[in-house]
Amino acid sequence: MAELTYVQAISQALVEELRRDERVFVIGQDVGMFGGAFKVTKGLQEEFGEWRVIDAPLSEVAIVGGAIGAALVGLRPIAEIQFADFVSIAWDQLTTVAAKQHYRAGTPVPLVVRLPSGGGFSGGPFHSQSPESSFAHVPGLKIACPATPADAKGLLVSALADPNPVLYFEHKHLYRRIKGEVPDGRFAVPFGKARIHREGSDATVVTWGAMVHTAAEAAEIVAADGISAEILDLRTLAPWDREAVLGSVAKTSKLLVLHEDVRTGGFGAEIAATVAEEAFESLDAPITRIAAPDTPVPFSPPLERRFIPQVEDVARGLRELAAY
Amino acid sequence: MARAKSDTASNGLPRERLLEFLGEMLVIRRFEEQVEERFRAGELAGFLHVCIGQEAVAVGVCRALGDGDVMGSTHRAHGHMLANGTPPREMMAELYGKVEGCSRGYGGSMHLYDVKRGAMGANAVVGGGLPLAVGAALAFQLRRESRVSLAFFGDGATNIGTFHESMNLAQLWRLPVVFVCENNRWSESTPQSQHQPISDLTHRAEAFGMQALHVDGQDVEAVHLAARDALAYARGGQGPVFLLCETERLTGHYVGDAQAYRDKEELRRLRETRDPIRLLRERIEASEQEWKRLDARSRQVADEAVAFAKAGADPRPEAALENVYTEG
Ligand SMILES: Cc1ncc(C[n+]2csc(CCOP(=O)(O)OP(=O)(O)O)c2C)c(N)n1
Ligand SMILES: [Mg+2]
Repeated sequence: MAELTYVQAISQALVEELRRDERVFVIGQDVGMFGGAFKVTKGLQEEFGEWRVIDAPLSEVAIVGGAIGAALVGLRPIAEIQFADFVSIAWDQLTTVAAKQHYRAGTPVPLVVRLPSGGGFSGGPFHSQSPESSFAHVPGLKIACPATPADAKGLLVSALADPNPVLYFEHKHLYRRIKGEVPDGRFAVPFGKARIHREGSDATVVTWGAMVHTAAEAAEIVAADGISAEILDLRTLAPWDREAVLGSVAKTSKLLVLHEDVRTGGFGAEIAATVAEEAFESLDAPITRIAAPDTPVPFSPPLERRFIPQVEDVARGLRELAAY
Repeated sequence: MARAKSDTASNGLPRERLLEFLGEMLVIRRFEEQVEERFRAGELAGFLHVCIGQEAVAVGVCRALGDGDVMGSTHRAHGHMLANGTPPREMMAELYGKVEGCSRGYGGSMHLYDVKRGAMGANAVVGGGLPLAVGAALAFQLRRESRVSLAFFGDGATNIGTFHESMNLAQLWRLPVVFVCENNRWSESTPQSQHQPISDLTHRAEAFGMQALHVDGQDVEAVHLAARDALAYARGGQGPVFLLCETERLTGHYVGDAQAYRDKEELRRLRETRDPIRLLRERIEASEQEWKRLDARSRQVADEAVAFAKAGADPRPEAALENVYTEG
């Protein structure tokens, strides 16, 4: 076990997989000597050379589409998009080509796209979004959203081993803020298995990514009032662990769904709908959704704070649920 | 390097005008230096790209724009916006996230707007502004207006699809667009030789049969004369022009970029030999007195912008929920 930051855990997984499997290569803008916009790939090009850690031109469609093509003929590309926001440029390649490839042609697309996402440091409307829900709507894609260093590594290993296209959302705000124990060596965290981040009995919080930590802080605060919140970190949205959610709700009878993406059509709506359909009888209170409002991500710090769900918002939500 | 291929370069600008340009370039420079300093002091949030070294392109081009022309910018927008007439204090207030800012705190450095002055926006998704410029030009043409639409972008941006699609449409429909490429030979940390297979980007215009002008972007006069020609050509209904300005990024890609990837000696040399402000100052032989006056004024403008921004109002948090749609 070593204590690593979130960014170190991702880098470690990349290095180990590049060493282990010759088919793996990294492609993206400034991923070489520069180490990527967030320094996730720092040092990789020195070890693996220019053709396994490839600096690509400013061409998102060619980067993603090219990675899909390489995957189709047997390589294991990891494409980095500098900011998750720019993946919209490659939307067609991902949702039309990669997502539907196996269904229509029977050929696997073992592709990983790394997407630094999320806000919290005034990136403004084009550099702060959390677009995972949009992709969760597309059958054929898998989606991982790690919240801890151990999961960051283990989910990346699983993503690479997966014969399907995987979008791997790494939260920018966690890179250097979160540290945690990471098992040594290669290990895989399976897709579709939620993790109990904190055990509790009065209400279940279902969330992922950076919001896991927001929920944990809120749970700590309301614990002082005698409210015991259980936090379920989904880890992957496609597939997502319905059993774990339904199981936890059966235990606590109350559900709060939390995400940084905007509210309408967010993945929280899918979770809420599923629980309403399948566990209505277990619920002792209406389901609470806490999400960003239906607006772009604003730049100015006071505006951005209003946009991103805050610890106080979640604590309030938990108190209201507990009191219901 | 060749001046504008057109012959207007021989009819140089009067010294007075060049002195004015020197002052405007200095305002941009001092503004950008303040941005760097205020960022280091921890007062500015987000990602900031300054245009130190590229002031001659901003001033030379924007001062050729006519009333009613529109301009689209990039992530490196401060110089374009200032040269186009957005007051420094409104810009600085935006960087400070204040309601007095030109985007009222919603956008920040990479999302500066000033539509009433013809600035259609800094588009921080690289290449994102080019199709808009084409569309605006299409509208001008459809309405038979004598207006031109102009887009700034970098060498890196010429690798993205929107660039090629926009160039193709503009030429196909002979639209009044001027495409201004600021070739600083860097796309973030990637040198031009590693991100595109050609160095003379006028070939990209030739591929579409588009007129190209190629100038030294550190020579504000050459830039201005070429921009004037390009705008006149487009305004005259002859079609779009690709205006290639060879320029220099004399700082990091963003404020805080340590530039480990860059040869420090080369950078030092460029600062000495290719600084557009220094070059113009020497060329017009600005007197000590002239220089001091311009320098003092530019510092005053930049300082005043910071003071204004700091005294500005923080947006109400609830304003985050407003303005998504318009009623009008
Ligand atoms: C579509 C897209 N991809 C990547 C980025 C990240 N990025 C911002 S600026 C930049 C380099 C742009 O180079 P160039 O167009 O030459 O402009 P310069 O920075 O040199 O002014 C990159 C890669 C982005 N903003 N948008
Ligand atoms: Mg450039």
